[in-house]
Amino acid sequence: MNRTIIPVDPPAPGAPTANAQAGATAWEDLVTTALLGTDRRTPPPSVGTPGREAPVALLDAAAAETVRRRAGLRPARPASRPEPAPEDPRPPLPAAAARRLALLLADRPGASGGGRRGTAPDLMELLPQWLALANTRNYAPPPEALPALLDAARGRTDLRPAALAFAGPRALWLARLNPDWRFALRATPGGGTRLPHLEDTEKVQQLWQEGLFAERVSLLAALRAQAPTTARDLLASTWATERAEDRLMFLDSLRTNLTAEDEPFLEQALADRSRNVRATAAELLSALPGSALAARMAVRAGACVAVDHTRDTPTITVEAPHECDASMERDGVVAKAPAGRGERSWWLGQLVEAAPLATWRTRLGGRTPQEIVALPVADDWQAELHAAWCRAAVRQRDADWSRALLGTPSDPEAGGPGAVSLAERAKLLDTLGAQERADWVAGFIATHGLSEAFQLLGVCAVPWSAPLGRAVVDALNIARDAGSYPWSFSGVMGLAERCLDPSEAQRLDGLLAIPEEPENASPGAGGYWAEAFQRLVTTLRLRATMTEELTP
Amino acid sequence: MTQQGVRWTADQVLALAPDAASRKAGSKLGAAGPWSETGSSDEGAVWGLCKGSGSKPYQTIVHIADATGPAYKCSCPSRKFPCKHALGLLLLWSGDDGAVPRGEAPDWVEQWTAGRRQRAAEKRTPGAAGSPAAAADPEAARRRAERRAERITAGATELEQRLADLLRGGLAAAEKAGYGLWEETAARMVDAQAPGLAARVRELGAIPASGPGWPVRLLEECALLHLLDQGWLRRDGLPESLAETVRSRIGLPTSADGPPVRDRWLVLAQYDTADTRLTTRRIWLYGADSDRTVLLLSYGAAGRAPELALPVGLTLEAEVSAYPGAGQARAALGEQFAPPAPAAIRPPGTTTTRAAARYGEALRADPWLDSVPVTLDRVIPTPDGDSWQLADADEDAALPLTPAARSRPGLWRLVALSGGAPVTVFGECGHQGFTPLTAWPQGTGTPVALC
Repeated sequence: MNRTIIPVDPPAPGAPTANAQAGATAWEDLVTTALLGTDRRTPPPSVGTPGREAPVALLDAAAAETVRRRAGLRPARPASRPEPAPEDPRPPLPAAAARRLALLLADRPGASGGGRRGTAPDLMELLPQWLALANTRNYAPPPEALPALLDAARGRTDLRPAALAFAGPRALWLARLNPDWRFALRATPGGGTRLPHLEDTEKVQQLWQEGLFAERVSLLAALRAQAPTTARDLLASTWATERAEDRLMFLDSLRTNLTAEDEPFLEQALADRSRNVRATAAELLSALPGSALAARMAVRAGACVAVDHTRDTPTITVEAPHECDASMERDGVVAKAPAGRGERSWWLGQLVEAAPLATWRTRLGGRTPQEIVALPVADDWQAELHAAWCRAAVRQRDADWSRALLGTPSDPEAGGPGAVSLAERAKLLDTLGAQERADWVAGFIATHGLSEAFQLLGVCAVPWSAPLGRAVVDALNIARDAGSYPWSFSGVMGLAERCLDPSEAQRLDGLLAIPEEPENASPGAGGYWAEAFQRLVTTLRLRATMTEELTP
Repeated sequence: MTQQGVRWTADQVLALAPDAASRKAGSKLGAAGPWSETGSSDEGAVWGLCKGSGSKPYQTIVHIADATGPAYKCSCPSRKFPCKHALGLLLLWSGDDGAVPRGEAPDWVEQWTAGRRQRAAEKRTPGAAGSPAAAADPEAARRRAERRAERITAGATELEQRLADLLRGGLAAAEKAGYGLWEETAARMVDAQAPGLAARVRELGAIPASGPGWPVRLLEECALLHLLDQGWLRRDGLPESLAETVRSRIGLPTSADGPPVRDRWLVLAQYDTADTRLTTRRIWLYGADSDRTVLLLSYGAAGRAPELALPVGLTLEAEVSAYPGAGQARAALGEQFAPPAPAAIRPPGTTTTRAAARYGEALRADPWLDSVPVTLDRVIPTPDGDSWQLADADEDAALPLTPAARSRPGLWRLVALSGGAPVTVFGECGHQGFTPLTAWPQGTGTPVALC
């Protein structure tokens, strides 16, 4: 019987029980008789009503009993109540912002498939920005919004960090009650079990010794962010007994706050049994230009590259290594080239990539990075050499070299395939300051248009600087005048909706009208452009409102 | 006027949406972009022009204080009701950023609202437009009613026979007989013009497949159906109010002829249930002055939302009239005197023990009652194995949630709102347990809809 409330039948404490007992027995008798049928079983004598057929008499009795049982229902015994959720000390969202959040979350189901058409903003795309802003303002969410927020974070991994940070402690409390939201426990350092206080050495030691792998990774990451040396010492204390896969993951945590102090430990890891561990240790060491490994690589790489002064103009000549010896392998050089690559150029690339960039000034006649990059390179080695320098500039986060390798954005070569791919350019840009980055991309777009700009725009700070925003809008305007359809630029359009400074909205008003159709234009393109710009303006206004609502 | 001072929340606006797709489309239109010439009046009208894909913008009007709940008009071709434009407009208006300024209603708005005012006035003056009841021949109506009563009597008698046969052969056989037997019997009850009996018979058919304990549930429902049949067959011997209850349970049409009660009615909950033919919307109201809880029912054709929609947490000053029958909560909404507006009213709460007792007492007037509306005060949503219960914070008692309530997303909003602390919860309490419909946080705070 799936009864959810305790019926009267079980005796109540202190109540006269004889009646209740009799009631329960009478009901069970009725059920048994009903199940078997009155043809097979005579109803209990209490049911007999003179002049009533047995089945009808049974129904009479069951009706009275059913109403009696329902009328006598009493509450159940409570289960053990949940531990209260921890306090969220943050101030609550302003009412308008809470309304906005509800709207953004209401747009969630089936957000894909709609495509980039129509004039209405894509609200789900604004959620990341909203969350980031709410997090910088340090607001707490309305508790009833948490289930929708967790569902959104469940569906979109890219949203998780910001959504969970905003969702706060009560969301973790909820996640422990609902298996659908387990991801929140995994995604949060300590797997929801909460990390010990990092100064509590004893607890830290205990978790490090006894914790699950995920817990130990979170512990190490958290500790490394706050006390890099302590984290490294903790790792060193058990290093020899860790499994290879675990060593690799633990080693990775040293990327945070990497300093010269980590060198001895990393040097030791260069001798590790696992090749992947060795390679990671070597990569970390090469990001420390003062390390012994970097110096060894400098010597090796230097030996391969020289300036030949015997030609008409000074020219770089390259003599790639002839072998990959054991010491090179120990320093992380991978001996076996991938299919389709020459071994010697493969080795050269790795040496140059790992050598400190400062090597080249002394090695190549005291030239600046600009001058070095400008030197011609003999025998088709330029692409290989420049690509390796790019990787080194990114790894060592060297802005001077990045600037030199990027060149001027208006260079015809900057837009073409060139020695440096767009992906690498985006990485190089990432080493520059926000302003310089935006200016470079603005210059690039002014010369080369939008078709190659998507990746580069992705590394620019949001909201876009005024010159960058103007360059994008001008380029869109030019694309429209050229008569193509706007969906060829839907990627940039989508970025613009999220990244343009909302104060640019006014400048767009002139683009909202449907233009005269030029002769070679694609049919109806003008209308679609007007629609796309309309959505852009609407979205920008909405973002401005969102920001206002979140401003105390 | 209130609607300018305190606006609805986005949740309250979105609660009007007939389905998820409309909710989504409406949210997108809740921004200034496509709108022009928007405005709102003190009388509760909100209007605007919305740019669609065509050259002519749609004219959208919402009257939030119409005599019979919010009313909408839009020149768009959508069959959804309210359409996404109406929802977008209300969201814009609720957004509180000056996007919908107060102003004089333009002609196209004024014409429509004036037309509605006039029709409402005609409705209130019986006979003015020649009400159908007055025009009909009373003798013919009496004959029709008699014929219908005869058919119901025949249906009830046949049903009694079927129930007796079932009990004679045993419920165990019913499991094998399957659904078809009951479908056919239900169809016979529809023919007998007893929709109440038909619905109960159809539910009987589903019980043998409803999991452990089904024989008990089947016996209970058979017995209550038998009780209803007997009530109908002997209605002349019943007290008048119980006879009314039997008539309404059988499914005879009744009209709300109780005296109109004017009150500030707080919208406690609104939710829809749908079957293949009909969408039924239930709206619970609490009268702040009369301390009464009443139920408004409205219907829509399958797949379409019923017209009446009242967002949870708003209060409307209006008259309602009760339907006949003892212990019946059903009422009809009469005239509205002011637009629905947020108000800080909360219904007084009780304990789980008193809630269970209240259900028991209500069975006296209506033994077929599945649940009663109850507000529980200071209860904590508590996990109980695979299920949940609402446990009193201050007493050692708890009400389990109904199976239906356990599977709704609203459960998690309730749990999140509580966070392990006591909350106030309005819902339906009956023999299957408690179905939470609306909750309020501790202290102050707006109600959170759970259904």
